[in-house]
Amino acid sequence: MKGILRLKNVLLGLAPVVLALLFTTLILVAVGAPPVEAYRNILSGAFESWQKIADVVAACVLLILCGVGMSITFTAGQWNVGVEGQIVLGAIFATWVARNLLWPQVPVLTLMLLAGMLGGALWGALAGLLKVYGKVHEIFGGLGLNYVAQGLAIWLIFNPWKPADGATMSGTDPFPDPAWMPRLGDLRVAPLAVILALLSAAVVYFLLRGTRWGLELKAMGKNFRSAFLLGVPSTPRLLTAFAACGALAGLAGAIRCSARYGRMLPDISGGQGYLSLLVALLAGYRPQWVPLIALFFAAVGVGSPRLELNMQLDSSLGGVLRASVVLAVMLVGGWRALMARRQETT
Amino acid sequence: MRVELVEIKKHFGPVRANDGVSVTLEPGTIHGLLGENGAGKTTLMKCLSGYQAPDGGTIKVDGQPVSFASPDEAIRRGIGMLHQDPLDFPQMRVLDNFLLAFDRRMVPDRRRGRAMLRELGARFHFDLDPEAEVTGLTIGERQQLEILRLLALGAQFIILDEPTTGISAPQKAKLFATLRHLADDEGRSVVFVSHKLEEVEELCHRVTVLRRGKVTGEAEMPCPVGRLVEMMFGRSLPPVECPLVEPGPVVLQVEGAAISSYRLAVQDVNLEVRAGEVIGLAGLEGSGQRLFLRACGGLERLAAGRVLLDGRDLTGAPYRRFLDAGGAYAPAGRLEEGLVGGLTLTEHVALAERNGPSLIDWADARRRAVERIRHFNIVGQPESPVEALSGGNQQRVVLALLPPGLRLLLMEHPTRGLDVESANWIWQQLLARREDGTAIIFISADLDELLERSDRIAVFYGGQMSAPVRACDTTVEQLGYLIAGKSAGRGA
Repeated sequence: MKGILRLKNVLLGLAPVVLALLFTTLILVAVGAPPVEAYRNILSGAFESWQKIADVVAACVLLILCGVGMSITFTAGQWNVGVEGQIVLGAIFATWVARNLLWPQVPVLTLMLLAGMLGGALWGALAGLLKVYGKVHEIFGGLGLNYVAQGLAIWLIFNPWKPADGATMSGTDPFPDPAWMPRLGDLRVAPLAVILALLSAAVVYFLLRGTRWGLELKAMGKNFRSAFLLGVPSTPRLLTAFAACGALAGLAGAIRCSARYGRMLPDISGGQGYLSLLVALLAGYRPQWVPLIALFFAAVGVGSPRLELNMQLDSSLGGVLRASVVLAVMLVGGWRALMARRQETT
Repeated sequence: MRVELVEIKKHFGPVRANDGVSVTLEPGTIHGLLGENGAGKTTLMKCLSGYQAPDGGTIKVDGQPVSFASPDEAIRRGIGMLHQDPLDFPQMRVLDNFLLAFDRRMVPDRRRGRAMLRELGARFHFDLDPEAEVTGLTIGERQQLEILRLLALGAQFIILDEPTTGISAPQKAKLFATLRHLADDEGRSVVFVSHKLEEVEELCHRVTVLRRGKVTGEAEMPCPVGRLVEMMFGRSLPPVECPLVEPGPVVLQVEGAAISSYRLAVQDVNLEVRAGEVIGLAGLEGSGQRLFLRACGGLERLAAGRVLLDGRDLTGAPYRRFLDAGGAYAPAGRLEEGLVGGLTLTEHVALAERNGPSLIDWADARRRAVERIRHFNIVGQPESPVEALSGGNQQRVVLALLPPGLRLLLMEHPTRGLDVESANWIWQQLLARREDGTAIIFISADLDELLERSDRIAVFYGGQMSAPVRACDTTVEQLGYLIAGKSAGRGA
């Protein structure tokens, strides 16, 4: 009996993936492309060479950091869509360090990462403050702050941080050498970044599971009123949750400008913050699942341009695949909850 | 139009809201439907007006059995209901609200609607501006709009659910005049649902009293108030013996407290509670007792007055200061406000330890959960999520989470929905705490519980608190009078 139940759970867990593949396949068939070949192209595009694998791993870093960060705010029942802005602020703070402190590599990199975390944390806390004291819903506050951060980045790049040969959307002058995060040989991946990302998942897993702070966030997320009456200090917990998520997003921003571009860009986050929201949703706010899901998202992201090269399909098909997995997961989740409720009432 | 309700049954889970109710409502009369909160008045009227379907029984209109799948079908047969909270669209204008009800064409005829609204308004002396937004209206004016809407739809049979809550005295007079006109001059039927004796006396021709889902009596008006009170609250236990309580030092002092909310203003409440004392707060729901209790715990802002706990002024202090000072607040909604659905018992035990270590020792928390489960006779495992427990067990968990050595315990409905045995057990636990000098204030709708468990009882009516009476000198009848807004003992 237990075995059957187990099997049922595994099958239900796989159902969303099957649903999403079915949906994407339908689209492929509708545009007249052979589905199997398309999927093979995505796979080979992501994993055919060490360089590709390194790209996938590098693309995971931001998704993991932000996805893990959002597991914190989601646990507290908050939709921190302000991660985009928090990434940008982290990058701005790190860039300031890189441009102004001409020190050896170890202190400069350490300071850049810490500054990035500080910038992101402040921006995150600001969204929290707007929510607590300004009664601005965190989704609207976060979106607004994203635009402010974007504007700030553009202003900095086009004014004080203007390159000598004129400002463009391609960003500032490259950082001095010490501010570049070391890469693994010729590969475009920085081992330190990967280690930090995995470490963040482990630390946050422990914080949410083993500490009073994590338990209080969980209680707030499940029932704000009860948690308050049981004595959970809601305001400080909410602010620290936003700040913690912001710190991880800021770290991601700092890593992105130090390890990937070696300079500050107006579009430093590349919309990846929103993507990491989907990662966190898919992981069900459990940080231990974030790296695996980030790997899937990153692989589809790195692999799908191949569709354009080899099959003349638009590479946005990868986005369709990722999004339909998320939708299918939520659909199946909602359906299971509905079934459970029906069973309860009969 | 003559309406007969025959053996109407409506159950919500284990709660029998209507348990075989039969009433006949004659044309041209104002029929009062009287009863406490939860007696089943509103449920019955929602069944009649098509808002919900009864589980059993028959509704007959002029002798013909009918069944309504929606309020729309009911109003087509001339039956309309005015709900306690007006069912309008506050962001829309009066005219649009009015038109929305009956002009179902693609392009409503505004001119005709405006003329109808004016004409109907003039007939009943309702002064409503068709262009005003509903948000700006008082509750009384919104009611007037609802009445006009029902009349425009051709309602012959109008149900009003607690229509006098939150409206001014002149508006009430106008409302009553309108209802008399509708019944006496136009021959329509009016059902007036209320728990206020005075209003029923003033307005109604005939009264049916409900109690716990059943009809407990019917009477032609006028009728002695004593009989109505008895039908409403029932007779019960002989008076309780006065316990010999050693009054401890004063724990809670409330001086001239005033609290205001959208519907109600609580005014000038003074209360002193001593260590080991149990105070019961009586009153129909929404009379101010909950606002007051919450204000005692720092959960509601005082507009005036002071609250002192053990001599320390906590006026305006946040809820945390109240907890730090040895207070606790146990709300009525266990899963809504008291416990966190989705967390296990062990997690609750860890969470409730406010000054616990920042790293949780889960093995230790589980041990303590096991110990509390045993001590409080909770049917459940440390790993059970609280929502999987029964109501009685959830209430035991609420008690199990209260810290020891409390100074003041505030509780809403400590035993609501529990069986007698669970309720007795809960009270044993509560009364054991008074030995340690905990003062208890609780709200209850159960008069027997109030009389049996309290030392003193204070009654709220329309935001006013009566002077507290000693429970052992008080009877159910006297409490009933106070709750229904009459001074004790008069007219029996």
